[in-house]
Amino acid sequence: MQDELLNMDCRQLRDGIASGRVKSVAATEAVFKAIEKYEGAIGAYISTFKKQAISKAEEIDKKIASGETVGELAGVPVAVKDIMCTSFGTTTCASKILESFHAPYNATAVEKLAAADAVIVGKTNMDEFAMGSSTENSGLKQTVNPWDKSRVPGGSSGGSAAAVAGRLCYAALGSDTGGSIRQPASFCGVVGLKPTYGRVSRFGLVAFGSSLDQIGPLTRTVGDCALLLNVIAGHDPADSTSIDEKTAPVCDCLGKLDEPIEGLKIAVVPEFNAGAESGVQKVIAKAIDVYKRLGAEVIEVDMPHLDYAIAAYYVIATAEASSNLARYDGVHYGHRTEEPADYIEVYSKSRAEGFGKEVKRRIMLGTYALSSGYYDAYYLKALKVRNLIRGDFAKVFERCDCIMMPVAPTTAFKIGEKIDDPLAMYLSDVYTIAANLAGIPAISVPCGFDEKKLPIGLQILAPAFGEEKLLRTARIYERETDWHKEKPRISN
Amino acid sequence: MMAKRIDEAQVRKVAKLSRLALTEAEVEEFTEQLSAILDYAEKMNELDTENVEPLAHCLPINNVFRDDCIKESLGTEKTLANAPQRDGEFFKVPKILDGSGG
Amino acid sequence: MAELDYKVVVGLEIHVHLCTKTKMFCGCALSFGEEANSRVCPVCLGMPGVLPVMNKQALEYAIMVAMALNCEIAEFTKWDRKSYYYPDLPKNYQISQYDLPLSANGFIEIPLEGGKTKRIGIIRAHLEEDAGKNVHSEANFSQVDLNRAGTPLLEIVTCPDMNSASEVRALAVELQRIVRYLGVSEGDMQKGHMRFEPNINLIITKNGAEYKTPIAEVKNLNSFRALERSVEYEVQRQLDEFAETGKTIETGNKTTRGWVDEREVTVLQRKKEEAPDYRYFPEPDLVPVKLTKEWLAEIRGHLCELPINKQIRYVTEYKLSDYDAGVLTAERFTAEFFEQSVAAGGEPKRVCNLLTQTGLKIAKERGCGVCDLGIKAESLSELSKIVESGTVSSSAAVSIFEAMVETGKEPDILAEELNLIQKSDAGELELIVEHVLADNAKAVKDVKIGGKKSKKAHGFLLGQVMQKTRGQANPKVVSEILDKKLG
Ligand SMILES: [Mg+2]
Ligand SMILES: [Zn+2]
Repeated sequence: MQDELLNMDCRQLRDGIASGRVKSVAATEAVFKAIEKYEGAIGAYISTFKKQAISKAEEIDKKIASGETVGELAGVPVAVKDIMCTSFGTTTCASKILESFHAPYNATAVEKLAAADAVIVGKTNMDEFAMGSSTENSGLKQTVNPWDKSRVPGGSSGGSAAAVAGRLCYAALGSDTGGSIRQPASFCGVVGLKPTYGRVSRFGLVAFGSSLDQIGPLTRTVGDCALLLNVIAGHDPADSTSIDEKTAPVCDCLGKLDEPIEGLKIAVVPEFNAGAESGVQKVIAKAIDVYKRLGAEVIEVDMPHLDYAIAAYYVIATAEASSNLARYDGVHYGHRTEEPADYIEVYSKSRAEGFGKEVKRRIMLGTYALSSGYYDAYYLKALKVRNLIRGDFAKVFERCDCIMMPVAPTTAFKIGEKIDDPLAMYLSDVYTIAANLAGIPAISVPCGFDEKKLPIGLQILAPAFGEEKLLRTARIYERETDWHKEKPRISN
Repeated sequence: MMAKRIDEAQVRKVAKLSRLALTEAEVEEFTEQLSAILDYAEKMNELDTENVEPLAHCLPINNVFRDDCIKESLGTEKTLANAPQRDGEFFKVPKILDGSGG
Repeated sequence: MAELDYKVVVGLEIHVHLCTKTKMFCGCALSFGEEANSRVCPVCLGMPGVLPVMNKQALEYAIMVAMALNCEIAEFTKWDRKSYYYPDLPKNYQISQYDLPLSANGFIEIPLEGGKTKRIGIIRAHLEEDAGKNVHSEANFSQVDLNRAGTPLLEIVTCPDMNSASEVRALAVELQRIVRYLGVSEGDMQKGHMRFEPNINLIITKNGAEYKTPIAEVKNLNSFRALERSVEYEVQRQLDEFAETGKTIETGNKTTRGWVDEREVTVLQRKKEEAPDYRYFPEPDLVPVKLTKEWLAEIRGHLCELPINKQIRYVTEYKLSDYDAGVLTAERFTAEFFEQSVAAGGEPKRVCNLLTQTGLKIAKERGCGVCDLGIKAESLSELSKIVESGTVSSSAAVSIFEAMVETGKEPDILAEELNLIQKSDAGELELIVEHVLADNAKAVKDVKIGGKKSKKAHGFLLGQVMQKTRGQANPKVVSEILDKKLG
């Protein structure tokens, strides 16, 4: 019963709860049982809210019993990356500097989950302030890959991906600045979507790279992904960078999910893909073959500026981060050093004590890139390269519906393998970063395993605000394959 | 050995600008690592961007405003709820001796 | 030391609070004097995850000022972050404008002595958010109040076109007058609505060569007096320093100085060994602003006649003295009240006298504006007319004005009630004059003799008539009768 319950996807569970066949309380209790059993091994959560979750589930069950209308996610237990502010519990960003920070408000995405009657079970682990690709940079705990505990879950939304893969929730929200949803989704064998920049409100999402950050869902199926996107997408007057309904159509990705696509044109970038491990390349090629078999046209394209994406990204993202993270100074909230000699030391020591290495490194890099004398050579140059990259995409989308490529050059790597070589870690973001620079949506869909039985994700990228077609494209593949039904066997 | 892209003195200067009290070991480590990363970033110079506009934002929108309508504030207690130190209704910091910051 | 020939050079940076209802980027009400940290929300507290949303009213107010300062308004303007760490700056960056300010290249005409004006260039005017306040107590710690953090702030930078402390003051006063006229700021110095930072140096001529002294920036002056006195002080200090050290702009650093109000001196705050590195970059949380022609035309429609133009017009059109024109145009509502009274038929000079000599005095006593006295502009016009026609004397008009404020009654009714109507009836007055002449033979004789004594005696007789009529006789008419009788 427990397994049967946990193996449902969000839509099955929601339908079961709405019809009264399944109780939200039962599903929520099943999740907490799983957490009690496996969380010690996986380490997906920074905090959980059992009492609050169960009472919310009871409330939903009661509502349904009395015939009240309920939201799109009524009674479904979900998790939220601990980078989104919640008015309950702590919001830590997996950083010591915010370890005991209580936000006085909810992020808009969290508000929307609550308004859809979702049951929020906990907040997931991550790389500190979302800076990393393995969740090893968490200042609070370690998360492992449910498929192989000696390996990383990916990052920065590693906790969310591991929780979804490990059946410790039905779906989770993550955030993606340079691949932080797609790469852990790929490493953990789940679906992960980075929406178009501006599609989901960033209000309450603790900023890393403000012009790149987007909140998105991690789910077990493409359909769940569409469902969650429907819930969290939409214009928010509290976020000046959230798209208004006049400029971009309202997101309804679920309605037409299973409609076929006539004459699908897929772009591939062979030269670029050659950088991936051969195991990954093989699996991706096979996945694209599935589309070919279904009648899609595959076109080889050249995107000459993609090679420069990592360089541009690490300048822009760290520049913005250096400014965004200036506020953690031990004055108004967060960690403060004990007995500072003067007020300058409140800053320099609180920050030195509160931030982990990677965060310090990126603050340093970003500060340098913005400092006088270097601004033009690094920051301004990176913005220009960003424009060239966007141009590459625009050109391809003139004649293709989407682009397909790997999510990551490798499958999940060993814990500790890259932690001492930051540049090597940055280079592993090679396939995901460009979508953030161009602001376009991209999804990771499970498409097989390597010889080590580690999951691989197929990445599909689409034009800005093209989520509906993107998800339909992903759904075509999911319908033809069973990869999404595979699940890790977790040992304690 | 090739000259480092950034030296320890610059790293110290950037650390001061960033308000980060780094240990000697960190200064050394960051000098090494930042140099490697900046070397990599030099790759961008392979591209001629003479006539390329900088792109700070991907959004196709301008003019997002708010009406001048009052919303409730948090109030003093909630404002100070996370304060590491307070003095009455104020945030408390060690004495600021120099003049204005800006 | 020999007298040196020198020229004072001052440019001003001015910060003006705009009087919107809410802050620049959040819905907190603007505040003055509330409990500390009570007008703060997650946005202006710079909490993790918050985002700014621009107050449209603040932008429009800023554009109005820029237009009044004859600036070119940008078609495209954007926001930038200016980074520096300070406890009153919660995000440790200020949202400001750097390379594309909303306006630039303007000028302001400032009134000088003798009705002259001088044009001072405006380099730029841009919008930004204010910081909170650090309170430096006696104890060994400081306090931070964020109520002010996020208040819309217009920063105006002038060219170094001012050459004396009085010109600097005149600019400050003129700017205050402008923002008040436009209704975009209360311009209350005591509440910190306007803060000034003069950049001062001297061009000294010595033995035929020119030397420029190092620039000193005096921070955060918030009264006209402090502004004027600090410039005067700096001039003397820089002269002394030059005599002592010979330091010039090439050999000495720019310094930042603070003003000590009690001692009326400036003191060194910090040497700018290296320029601060603010690391400006485009604010990614806000989208740019495009100002269309239509929108700008609409905003221009909210402008009013500028005070300096009014002042000049009062002199040329109404033949008022420059002093009177200045007094009338100091506040927009006084000027408008004056103009309404004139439009209702009042003679400008007469209305001006009534307003400046009586109206403003009463208003000042009551601590309000002249338009808050409960008198209609038409009634003031009426009062001026009955003075003009001789129905009441100008001294009686003062009493009537006071009574109008007290009772709200119309001037003609009050003139009657208070028995202040002048006797101008020649026949009636002739009888009285005859009586007076009969009773004062000596004076009559003196008048007839002529010379110095004659004038005095004439005045005496006139006074006697006025006394007999208890001041109600029209002195002009009486004088004519006297002339005729004694002619
Ligand atoms: Mg400023
Ligand atoms: Zn606020």
